[in-house]
Amino acid sequence: MTTTSLRILVNGEPQRVASPATVGTLVALRRPRPPFAVEVNRRLVRRAEYESTPLAEGDCVEIVTLVGGG
Amino acid sequence: MDPAPLKIGPYAFRSRLFVGTGKYSTYELMRECLEASRCEVVTVAVRRERLYDAQNRSLLDFLDTKRYTILPNTAGCFTAEDAIRVARLGREILEQLENPGASWVKLEVLHDKKTLLPDPIGTLEATRELIKDGFHVMVYSSDDPAAACRLKEAGATSVMPAGSPIGSGQGVLNPNNIRIILEMLKEGDPAYPVIVDAGVGTASDVTIAMELGADGVLLNTGIAHAKDPVAMARAMAHALDAGFLAARAGRISRKLYATASSPVEGVIVY
Repeated sequence: MTTTSLRILVNGEPQRVASPATVGTLVALRRPRPPFAVEVNRRLVRRAEYESTPLAEGDCVEIVTLVGGG
Repeated sequence: MDPAPLKIGPYAFRSRLFVGTGKYSTYELMRECLEASRCEVVTVAVRRERLYDAQNRSLLDFLDTKRYTILPNTAGCFTAEDAIRVARLGREILEQLENPGASWVKLEVLHDKKTLLPDPIGTLEATRELIKDGFHVMVYSSDDPAAACRLKEAGATSVMPAGSPIGSGQGVLNPNNIRIILEMLKEGDPAYPVIVDAGVGTASDVTIAMELGADGVLLNTGIAHAKDPVAMARAMAHALDAGFLAARAGRISRKLYATASSPVEGVIVY
């Protein structure tokens, strides 16, 4: 039996996640250090929407935080 | 020194110096500089989550988010669309931190990587969108009075004209334009906040900006890359106070010839 997986891009780098997956699955997998924010295909995904936002093949995910800047 | 509070949208600050958190050699140094500058507002950038130092520490380990109001920027964005995305991401993060800065953004839509000058069209587009989305927009602009007027008309909470290009250390290159911007934006609206953003190289640049009538100054590199950043941060705080006070004290007019300060009468020279 083969498990299907999705190929997505996270912060510009390819990553595979087991299908089906949501933003919540990905966050649980990567455990980014809080605080952070996530967008999928250039659209912000709010925290309350993580579990209800499915990931699809080829999705571009960005996980960002605050850094020093002017 | 007890200047009137600076009111910007829903915020009020005693310090009129906004300081960036970028480019310091260590986080410890940054923290010390922020302290020495007496600032209450610090700017930050939004980036992919991988920028930790050698000890796996991040900016937020050194920034007291209960003390400072964080002003997230959209630095590095060259289109209105990207700036809007970054502004929304920044707000999402600041909401998690429960920092009051969640409701504003320092909008930068840049034209090119060499000058980092703002793209006036993209800046205006993004300003409109972000205001619709509920942001108080602090908008980085060139020192062009027409651009500044259009941004204020669009609803920007504050227009922040550049003294000179970001990180260039050239100070206020066109004081006349800053004066015209101040006159135009404050006409019938004297409390409208105008902050000189970018280009500060040393303390006197801050004083000049404030003497021209600016409501505040935003800087980063001038402190972070000084030989002694903590001493420069302290100097910037004093320079700001000096300029603020001088602007309200009313300077003398410039004259071509000398006028003696000592009485002519009673001089013993024949």
